[in-house]
Amino acid sequence: MKFGVVTFPGSNCDHDCFTVARDILKQDAEFLWYKDRDLKGSDCIVLPGGFSYGDYLRCGAIARFAPIMEEVVKFAKKGGPIIGICNGFQILTEAGLLPGALLRNTSLKFICRDVHLKVENKKTRFTSAIKQNVIRVPIAHGEGRFFADPGVLERIEKEGCVAFRYARPDGTVDAAGNPNGSQNAIAGIVSFEGNVLGMMPHPERCSEALLGNTDGRGIFDSLLANFVN
Amino acid sequence: MYRAKINVTLKKSVMDPQGATVQHALESLGYTGVQNVRMGKYVELDVDSTDRARVEKQLNDMCGKLLSNPVIEKYHFDLEEVK
Repeated sequence: MKFGVVTFPGSNCDHDCFTVARDILKQDAEFLWYKDRDLKGSDCIVLPGGFSYGDYLRCGAIARFAPIMEEVVKFAKKGGPIIGICNGFQILTEAGLLPGALLRNTSLKFICRDVHLKVENKKTRFTSAIKQNVIRVPIAHGEGRFFADPGVLERIEKEGCVAFRYARPDGTVDAAGNPNGSQNAIAGIVSFEGNVLGMMPHPERCSEALLGNTDGRGIFDSLLANFVN
Repeated sequence: MYRAKINVTLKKSVMDPQGATVQHALESLGYTGVQNVRMGKYVELDVDSTDRARVEKQLNDMCGKLLSNPVIEKYHFDLEEVK
């Protein structure tokens, strides 16, 4: 499987994602430059974390109009798998590839720590190989509070689009386990079509033993297990 | 030429912790009766055109596409002719 990792001006997790794809998963990986319009034959697109365009105006608002995004949108419409992590999630909502939006954390603070995620739906192509019911994954964001209009939120819930919820270590979903005030403690969702995943936590930062935590690996393993060439 | 003064604000249904914090700060400074503080964005820009209707249409496009996110925000603008 070939991973295409997009680099926008201000991306800072692109090398982490690239390293996971090439060195951990032992797959092909290629950087995709934001000004290009070529996905270089990628089978999966990764929109990495960072601060594209300095988070000016709104997080992801300007990146979504980068030339490469026209191709990413076409790729999504054809059913190609896309993962957006942190700023990548914000870009996907701004681009309309995922419903909802990400707002300032309720605390107004940038939060950088490990959180626990309840794996809400194990039937998605991004979660099917995750063995645990609760995984520990770091977050690092100031604007990760998920919001959607009531009707949209209801549809997200009804159609099983919630992949991950913030939770306590034992999997209890409540205000104490929700770091940023996200509606329904939503940490990650898949699109209604199921081929796009957006999540605020960083699985690429916890996918190898050297880093002390491999809980993020299951997301990438799921993607590989469900890949049909 | 037209000068647009654009205000982008969060929709009523969106919680605004920044506004709540500012309100709290105002209260602690002794300003009583302050309510419903909502933070927003202000954008000012000039459009080189003499066709007011066209400028209005352009601005609606700009606001819908980039300057505001309709999922969470609404916008309002005033236009004035400048020499």
